Amino acid sequence: MLPASALAELAERPFGVYLHVPYCAARCGYCDFNTYTAADLGGALVSSVGLTTFADIAGSEIRLARQVLAALDRPVSTVFVGGGTPTLLPPSDLGRLLRLVADEFGLAPDVEVTTEANPESVDPAQLEQLRAAGYTRISFGMQSDRPHVLAALDRRHTPGRVSEVMRWARKAGFDQVSLDLIYGAPGESDADWLASLRAAVELGPDHVSAYALTVEEGTKLSRRVRRGELLEPDDDLLADRYLTADDLLAAAGLVNYEISNWARGPAARCRHNLGYWRGDNWWGIGPGAHSHIGGVRWWNVRHPAEYAARLGAGRSPAAAREELDAATRRVERVMLGVRLADGLAVDDLDDAGRVAMGELARSGLVEPGGLESGVVRLTLRGRLLTDTVVRALLPD
Amino acid sequence: MTAASETRTLRVSAAPHLAPGADPAMIRNFCIIAHIDHGKSTLADRMLGVTGVVEARNMRAQYLDRMDIERERGITIKAQNVRLPWQADDGRDYILHLIDTPGHVDFSYEVSRSLAACEGAVLLVDAAQGIEAQTLANLYLAIENDLTIIPVLNKIDLPAAQPEKYAEEIASIIGCDPAEVLRVSGKTGQGVTELLNEIVRQVPAPVGNPDGPARAMIFDSVYDIYRGVITYVRVVDGTLTTRDRCLMMSTGTSHETLEVGVISPDPHATGSLSVGEVGYVIPGVKDVRQARVGDTITTSRRPATEMLGGYRDPLPMVYSGLYPIDGSEYPALREALDKLQLNDAALTYEPETSAALGFGFRCGFLGLLHLEIVRERLEREFNLTLISTAPNVVYRVVMEDLSEVTVTNPSDWPGGKIAEVHEPIVQAMLLLPTDFVGAVMELCQNRRGVLQGMDYLSTDRVELKYTLPLGEIIFDFFDSLKSRTRGYASLDYEPAGEQLADLVKVDILLQGETVDAFSAIVHREKAYAYGVSMTSRLRELIPRQQFEVPIQAAIGSRIIARENIRAIRKDVLAKCYGGDITRKRKLLEKQKEGKKRMKTIGRVEVPQEAFIAALSTDVGKTSQTAK
Repeated sequence: MLPASALAELAERPFGVYLHVPYCAARCGYCDFNTYTAADLGGALVSSVGLTTFADIAGSEIRLARQVLAALDRPVSTVFVGGGTPTLLPPSDLGRLLRLVADEFGLAPDVEVTTEANPESVDPAQLEQLRAAGYTRISFGMQSDRPHVLAALDRRHTPGRVSEVMRWARKAGFDQVSLDLIYGAPGESDADWLASLRAAVELGPDHVSAYALTVEEGTKLSRRVRRGELLEPDDDLLADRYLTADDLLAAAGLVNYEISNWARGPAARCRHNLGYWRGDNWWGIGPGAHSHIGGVRWWNVRHPAEYAARLGAGRSPAAAREELDAATRRVERVMLGVRLADGLAVDDLDDAGRVAMGELARSGLVEPGGLESGVVRLTLRGRLLTDTVVRALLPD
Repeated sequence: MTAASETRTLRVSAAPHLAPGADPAMIRNFCIIAHIDHGKSTLADRMLGVTGVVEARNMRAQYLDRMDIERERGITIKAQNVRLPWQADDGRDYILHLIDTPGHVDFSYEVSRSLAACEGAVLLVDAAQGIEAQTLANLYLAIENDLTIIPVLNKIDLPAAQPEKYAEEIASIIGCDPAEVLRVSGKTGQGVTELLNEIVRQVPAPVGNPDGPARAMIFDSVYDIYRGVITYVRVVDGTLTTRDRCLMMSTGTSHETLEVGVISPDPHATGSLSVGEVGYVIPGVKDVRQARVGDTITTSRRPATEMLGGYRDPLPMVYSGLYPIDGSEYPALREALDKLQLNDAALTYEPETSAALGFGFRCGFLGLLHLEIVRERLEREFNLTLISTAPNVVYRVVMEDLSEVTVTNPSDWPGGKIAEVHEPIVQAMLLLPTDFVGAVMELCQNRRGVLQGMDYLSTDRVELKYTLPLGEIIFDFFDSLKSRTRGYASLDYEPAGEQLADLVKVDILLQGETVDAFSAIVHREKAYAYGVSMTSRLRELIPRQQFEVPIQAAIGSRIIARENIRAIRKDVLAKCYGGDITRKRKLLEKQKEGKKRMKTIGRVEVPQEAFIAALSTDVGKTSQTAK
C-alpha cells in the first residue's frame, strides 16, 4: 500500500499518531472542522456511527495502521487527540485508544500525549482518569475571557470556567496545559482582547495558541458575512491584535515558536504539532484525518458513517492520496519550515530563493544574515506576511 | 458548393433574365431603406420568392444577410444585391436589381454608395412603430441623390399595426398623399406583387452612354477566400467584359478581369455587364483596399477620363487599443487583423505597446458599432480573448507655436503649451415619443449637446436635432439613450466638422508612474469626476502591496484626485496543521499562477484582471455621472 521509498523514511524521523474525534455537542459558527452534532447524525450521537462505537471503529484503524507499517521499529513519539470535542468520549474510551496505540506500536519513554478539551465538557474525575491513562498534556479551548465574545463564537462556557478546569488539570497532575485563544471575533474590541490575554496569562499556562478568526467557506460565519450581518475581520486589526498578543505573552515568559504558538521554553512546545511543520511522519486515525508517511499523504473519508462502513468491511478508510515529488516536498518544507522560530534551512532554498533573501531582509521580513548563518528566520513583521515571504522564497 | 446548388445554377442559366446585354429601358434598380427590425430582410426574401429566383423549399430566412453576426443581430453590415426577373402588370418582362443597404450609422458612406447605384428607394416603415431616426437620415440621403421614393408600410398583418396613423406621418415627411403609401406584409406576402409593379411603374430606367468608355461604381467589396476580392458594381456607361483588364481609377492600377456576372441569388457568370446593370466583377486582387467602395472601374483598353463622383477614402472616426488578454496570442491577433482587413477597407491598425496591457494594436474604426463588430469577429472567428481600451476620437491640437498635433490616442497628447483643441462634432437626429423629450434633452445637455431644432412628426413623436461632440457619443451614449427612453428613441448622426473645446488629458498614476491604459481625454469640467471614479475603482481592484501605493489622477503635473492603497500588514494563515498542508500548498500554487499574470507598474504588481475590470464598460459611465 505504501511505496518502499516512503516506508524507508520511517526510521529517519519521529512518528506521531493523530486521533480525530468528529463529534461536538453543538457546532460553533466559525468552525469548518470535520465534526458532527447529534442533529447531523440523524438525531443521536449514540448510534451506530456515533460516540459509543467510535472507539471500536477507530481502534480497527489503529490495527490497520500497524499492518501497513509492519516495518516500523521505532515507538510512537507523540499522540494528539483532536476534534471535534474529544472529551465527549468517556475517559475510558480515550484511555482504551491510547492503550491500543501503545500495544500496537509501543510508546517512546518521553511520549507526549495531548488531548484537546472544551472547558464545559470536563470534570475533575475525567481529568484524573485521563492522566492515569497516560495522557501528559491537555489543551483547553478557552478562546476568550469576555462573555459577549464567547457568545459571538457560539462557545457555551463561562469565562470563570477556564480557571476552574485549569485548577483541576493541575491537580490531576497535568504538567503541560495549553490554552487556545481566538482574536478578531465580531464585537471584540482591543480592550476585550487585552483582557483575554491577561486572563490567560494569569492562569499560568505552559503553552498558548492564539489564532486570528478566519472566515472559512461553508461556515455559518461566512454565510453571515456574505449576507452583510457581520463584518469580516479586518486584516489590519488582526495584525494589531497579533502584535498585542506577542508582546503580552512574551512578557509573561511565553516565547513564540510558530506563527500562532507560544511556549514556556522549548520543552513546553507541542512536539506533535512540530512534526507537521518539520515534515515528520504521522498517521491520522478517524474520519477526515490526514496522514503523512515519507512523502505520501492521504486523507480519510469525512463522514463517520462511511468511515465506519469502510473499516467494518475490512477496507481502508482512505479517500484519496498524493505522492509528493522531490520538488513539491521542498515547497512544503519551505512553506512550513519558515513558520518556525527555529527557522528554515537555507539548504532548502534554490538559487532564486537565496537571491530573494537580500530583498526580504531589506524589507524587514526576514532576519538579516540568514545566508551566512544558514537559517531563514522571520522577523515579527515577516510572521504576519508569511505568504509574501514564502512566495518570494519560492519564485519558480 | 454542393451538387444541388450546381444543378440549380444550371437550371436557371437558361433563364432569359440572366443573358448578357439587357436593355436599360427594362431595368429598374432600387434599394430598401428601413430601420433594423422593420422587416427589410423578410420583404427582400419575399421578393426572391414571388419572382421565383428562390424556391420556397430553398428559402432560408433572411437570405441576403450572410454573415453570422448580421444574422444574430438582425442587421446588415455588408450590402448584397440580387437580380430579379419580373413580368409586370403591363405584360412585359423587366429586370429588377434589389440593392441591399447596410443598416447602421457607422456605415453611412457605404449606404450613400448603395443609394448612388439606384434610381429608386422603397421607404419601408413598420406599421406598428413608425419611422425611426436612421431611416429618416437615409431617406434624406436618398432624396439628396434624387431617388424616386416609394413609401411602404410593412407588417400590416400585425394586430398592433396603425397604418392610418403612420401613413399620415410618412406622407407629411415626404410630401405625398397618405393614400399613396403602399401596404404590405413581408411575412404573409400581401401587397408584394403590387409593390413590384409599382417599382416598375415609378422608378426611372437607368440612363447611360452604351458606347462610351466603361464606368462602373463599386458599391461593395468583399473578400472571398477562394476567389479573392469580389466587387459589387453598378455599370453607368459602356460595357465591362472579361476580355478587358479592369482599371481602378482611384489608384490607377489595372487587374485581370477574372469573372463578371450577376447574382440571382447565386453568382452567375455572364461575361459582361452593360449600362444600367448591377452585378459583380472579380478583379483578381487579394485585398479590398485595392478595390474600394466608391471607386470607379473602367477598362485599361479604353479608359474613361473621369471618375464617377462621390468617392472618398474611408476615414477612421474612433480609435481603440486592442490587446490579447493572453500575451501569447499577440501573433494570432496580428494574423487575424490582417485577414479581417482583406474584407474591411475601413479598418486600420498599427502595433502599440502598453505597460499595463502588453503588446497590442491601435485600431481605427468608422464608429463604435464597427469597433464592436471587429472585436466580436476577432473573438468569435479567430478564438481570441481581447480587452479594448476606452475609445478615442480624433482631436486636432494646435500648439502656441501654431504647430499641430493629431491625437488619436491619449498618449499622443502633447506636453507643451496648447493654444486650442478641436474636437469632431456630429449632427445628431433623435426620434422619440414626446414623453421622453425632457429625459433626452437632459442627456444631450450632459453630453455638451447644443439643440438645433425640434419638430413634431405627429402629435406623439418628436424629432430632435442636436450638435454633439463625437467623443461624448462614443461613451455609452446609446445605452443611456436606450435606458432613458425604454428603447423607444432612435439616433442617427453624421459628421459635422469640429469645434473648439476645453479638453484636458487626465492621467492615472500608480506610485507616481502613469498607467497608459487609463489616460483619457475629457472635458475639463468632467476631469475631476473621471479622476475620482478611476482612482477609487483602482483602489478597490488593486491588491494591497508591501508598501503604501498612492493612486493619483493628474492633469499634467497637477493632482486632481488621490487615493491610497494601504500597505498590507497580514497575509499569513493563522492555522496550518496536518490537515491543512495540501490545501495550503495548492493555494500557494494558485497565488504563484496569479503572479505570472501580474503586470508590474513601477514596483506595483497589478493583476491583469484589475486592468480588465477597470477598463470594462463602466469606464465610459463615469462621463455619464459627471455633471
